[in-house]
Amino acid sequence: MRYAAPLTTKEAVSLLANAKGKAFVLAGGTDLLVRMRGDYIEPDLLVDIKRITATQDIKKSANGFRIGASVPCAALNENAGLVKAWPGVVEAANLIGSDQIQSRCTMVGNLCNASPAADTIPAMVAAQASAVIVGPAGRRTLAVEKVVIGPGKTSLKKGELIEAITLPKRPAKSGDAYLRFIPRTEMDIAVCSAGVNLTLDAQGVVKAARVALGAVAPTVVLVPDAAKAIVGTKLDSAALERLAKACEAACAPIDDKRGTVEFRTEVAGVLARRAAKIAYERAGGK
Amino acid sequence: MSGVHISTTVNGDSVEFVCHPSESLLDVLRNRIGLIGAKEGCSTGDCGACSITLDGRLVCSCLVLGAEVEGRDITTVEGMADGEKLHPLQINFLKHAALQCGICTPGFLVAAKALLDRNPSPTEEQIRFALAGNLCRCTGYDKIVRAVQATAKEIAKTTKKKR
Amino acid sequence: MAHDTSFTNQNFKMVGQRRPRPDGVDKVTGRARYGADVSAPGQLVGAILRSPHAHATIKKIDVSKAAKLAGVKAIITSADLPDLTNGNRGMFDILENCMARGRALYDGHAVAAVAAIDAPTAKKALKLIKVDYEVLPHVTDVDEAMKPGAPIVQPHIRTSGVEPPPKKASNISQITNFGHGDVEAGFRAADVIVEKSYKTEQTHQGYIEPHACLASVGPDGQGELWVTTQGHFVFRNTCATLLGMEIAKLKVTSSEIGGGFGGKTHVWTEPVALALSRKANRPVKLVMSREEVFRATGPTSSTSIDVKIGAKKDGTITGASASLRYQDGAFPSIWGMLGAMTAFACYDLKNVKTTGYDVLVNRPKVAAYRAPSAPMAAFAVESTMDQVAAKIGMDPVEFRLKNAASEGTLSSYGPTYGPIGIKPTLEAVKNHPHMKAKLGKNQGRGMACGFWFNFGGQTCSDINLGADGTVSVTIGTIDVGGSRASMSLIAAEELGIAYEQVKCTIADTSSLGHNDTTEGSRGTFSTGMAIIFAARDMIKTLRERAAKTWGIPVDDVEWKDGKASAIGAKHKKLTPLSLANIAASAAKTGGPIAAHNEVVADGAGVSFASHICDVEVDPETGATKVIRYTVIQDAGKAIHPDYVEGQFQGGAAQGIGWALNEEYIYGADGRLQNAGFLDYRIPVCSDLPFIDTQILEIPNPGHPYGVRGVGETSIVPPLAAVGNAVSNAAGVRMTHVPMSPPRILSALKAQRTG
Repeated sequence: MRYAAPLTTKEAVSLLANAKGKAFVLAGGTDLLVRMRGDYIEPDLLVDIKRITATQDIKKSANGFRIGASVPCAALNENAGLVKAWPGVVEAANLIGSDQIQSRCTMVGNLCNASPAADTIPAMVAAQASAVIVGPAGRRTLAVEKVVIGPGKTSLKKGELIEAITLPKRPAKSGDAYLRFIPRTEMDIAVCSAGVNLTLDAQGVVKAARVALGAVAPTVVLVPDAAKAIVGTKLDSAALERLAKACEAACAPIDDKRGTVEFRTEVAGVLARRAAKIAYERAGGK
Repeated sequence: MSGVHISTTVNGDSVEFVCHPSESLLDVLRNRIGLIGAKEGCSTGDCGACSITLDGRLVCSCLVLGAEVEGRDITTVEGMADGEKLHPLQINFLKHAALQCGICTPGFLVAAKALLDRNPSPTEEQIRFALAGNLCRCTGYDKIVRAVQATAKEIAKTTKKKR
Repeated sequence: MAHDTSFTNQNFKMVGQRRPRPDGVDKVTGRARYGADVSAPGQLVGAILRSPHAHATIKKIDVSKAAKLAGVKAIITSADLPDLTNGNRGMFDILENCMARGRALYDGHAVAAVAAIDAPTAKKALKLIKVDYEVLPHVTDVDEAMKPGAPIVQPHIRTSGVEPPPKKASNISQITNFGHGDVEAGFRAADVIVEKSYKTEQTHQGYIEPHACLASVGPDGQGELWVTTQGHFVFRNTCATLLGMEIAKLKVTSSEIGGGFGGKTHVWTEPVALALSRKANRPVKLVMSREEVFRATGPTSSTSIDVKIGAKKDGTITGASASLRYQDGAFPSIWGMLGAMTAFACYDLKNVKTTGYDVLVNRPKVAAYRAPSAPMAAFAVESTMDQVAAKIGMDPVEFRLKNAASEGTLSSYGPTYGPIGIKPTLEAVKNHPHMKAKLGKNQGRGMACGFWFNFGGQTCSDINLGADGTVSVTIGTIDVGGSRASMSLIAAEELGIAYEQVKCTIADTSSLGHNDTTEGSRGTFSTGMAIIFAARDMIKTLRERAAKTWGIPVDDVEWKDGKASAIGAKHKKLTPLSLANIAASAAKTGGPIAAHNEVVADGAGVSFASHICDVEVDPETGATKVIRYTVIQDAGKAIHPDYVEGQFQGGAAQGIGWALNEEYIYGADGRLQNAGFLDYRIPVCSDLPFIDTQILEIPNPGHPYGVRGVGETSIVPPLAAVGNAVSNAAGVRMTHVPMSPPRILSALKAQRTG
């Protein structure tokens, strides 16, 4: 195996594009190195992107936020502007693993690992985040929900890497939240999860909503019916019940060592309901 | 498999080594630099026994490659004491019997120091969540949390005095 | 054994103090050396190939490609470990568990091993070994394994304990019965009867330090083994036997131990490491991965238990019975028997009957785990006790007190109890502020009792006087959690000197006589006893030396406050001699001053505990949070209270993990699906509250200070205490451990839908 630490995205793309054998991007390494140790993958080349300036910081612009691909999740919480605008995305990122993992893991890594149970993906999907993809053919931007196409599989082509995630500009009276269920209080992989992003009108009525669920299908699912269930409401209990039912209907989970079909389906609805209430409060709703 | 040559800083000392590109920083520390304080309990980032800091951030050294640390700044449990003067956390871990077998202790000390450096007066809940990445199977964490609380109290006292 | 059994006049100066441990500084500075922390010049890296199948015939192992790989220095299979066990089936089972012999009996069973110049080469070599398996039907569930027609794990096994002896092979290796009276008559006399079935899943000791050793054997038949173990003397005997070595020529040194809890009482890879070293004629370091630890070492039994208890309306239990089915993994053992012995040990019962079944399945060999077998039996019995109490409308603590055993009670497993602590722990529960604290919404409280036998066993210790008057205490039991400090306190107490004057060290197998494994909560009990007797011998010697120095009769010399003093007015001018004074003139008074004691430490006192637990259950997700926990246990005499509390807290935490989240999950293919700390979920710091402790001291007459073992009992009540609390909080009786969120949620749902 070869290890390379290029200084530019262009150089990284060229290394990945020209690699013979299996090449992997290394950012925080909290998934990649675990898979290497467990012999699930045997890379021929690791391209460490942490020394590439364009991946290293969080930038705020008129269009929203740009979060570099090697920014560790711990750093998201240290950016007050980001926490204020996207508390749900930040809390999702900060739920991954321990403080030790937080120092290393990245949102882009979480996305590219493409686990159905990834914590940041439902929050990013709810937030309408996009991935800035750079490859041999140049740059493109892709909605986050289109990056993952199956468990462990992304739509990235050979030579492509994600340089950053962008989060859109926040309208007034908006809020987001992310909740997951784990058996312990820390360190577990989500058994199921829900990300909710809302914008309210002046009266506190939900005027736009996005609801995404994790670990209940092969990929994170955006649930338009769940959004519909609460748009036009002030999140009264009937609306929340409709939201939960719509979420349950969108679940197509599996039985595995972490949870049952029944449990995941039922709790996904509960979490969506609870997350919606938090997002609503954050958006200024009462 | 050709080796990677790395120059880095460990506990303030300049260190050079050659390692396999796939070798973990934990293995480098233990087998090439001779620092055995960091332990391997799992090699998957789940137990925290290999905790160190890398450029000031708390990490599991089993999930860092030796090849990654060129020019970085590493600290380990071996760098905690100031000469023959133990760090207050080390003193309080002993005073409060916060270790039984002791295998997790280096990781807990490094993690607790990272917490107190960032937040010198944490609540019990903040301590418990900050140490959730370090597994201890002997103590039920009771005396560990108490030792960290006692250290935080001492820090608060000394900073008060300084003012 | 003649020793003082009067406890009333003991006025301890050192015992009972909370002193810093002698190994402390090394452990907080990273200097302490554990199993994987030592290397030897020229050492090779050992690695083991393991079966991916739960049950298979090994038709052929082809190592030729691996042998040709540059850097590979030795490869071994069972062919390199001939059977030298001389008809000792127990020893043969250990051999076969270390390395499969023609058949793989569980997922993770060792099949071959290599030693190579580095880890990447060893790993590569394992991949080049080709094993031709013929996969056989397997069974991993204890109830399934007992059914007729189940795949047979060990064809030579005929169930023992049944008449006439069966002719056909069975997975039930033994059936054992305990009890007295007439349970059927007892049930007929009952006003209420509760009969219930329970299941508990398999858990692992979960020590943070994986098994690790450094083995070195030369062509001269001499060897050394550095290893993390709870019993280096027994490891030496076992390894020497399996490898055909002479016991005296194998020196085993115990490293610092990174947790054991019973799991490091058994050899797993050590004979393999020694065999690799012998073949390569170089030192071999063999360290297990976490995955290997889960797949191939440790676990405790999964169980299936039926309990029936009948009682009068006044709370008197008239009859109690239990059928306890424990799986032993792939090799027969006594775990079901221990479950049957401990199940009703807390109670004074007229009519009681328990039957234990030891059952073989295609899982790793079950190892001791802290009060092995007792927690599952206590879960079933103590859960039933609460239901009986509820049915007769009695407070659960009062119900237990009414039936608790006391001095003179004929125990359910045979012996008659001496002075014991079950009633005092229950009284302490009754009076504890925890019991009066208010509970909030979705919260519930539970309590439960637990019992463990404790053990003594073969022990020896040395005490040596240094030229400056300091004292070396050399012991042969392992320090798993501060016992060197306790041993130093005991030596200081006996000699009348300062704690700081004593240094306690654990000897290797060539430096001290045999010591049994540190198990059964015997460390402080038995080694403490040996030190007391050795110190008393040393005092005799010290008095003789002082007498010689002064030229007076030894009877005129007494040992007081760490000094030899001449008694009587005629010796008024003689200044008392300190240890340093006596040591300084030792060359002139008879040479080095040393004492030793060898003992079979009989008289281990049984131990009881009662725990109180509060939980909050989220009725929408089934998530449980332990919000308060109290441990009350009889320690006999707490030598070092910090480490006694530590044992109480650690056992409780392990039990809470077992109760709520820890379990081995096997797939339909018989393979372990959660062989790592990510999905084998031991409690993390944020999962637990502070664990309050209360130490009771009901002296054990079998020990000079009244000490009882304290290490194990603390894991016995938590499964039931948590279970009773969860059942009270959720309003539904939980009968399957772990009470994981999906199990709680589905129990709630089942109750709602009737």
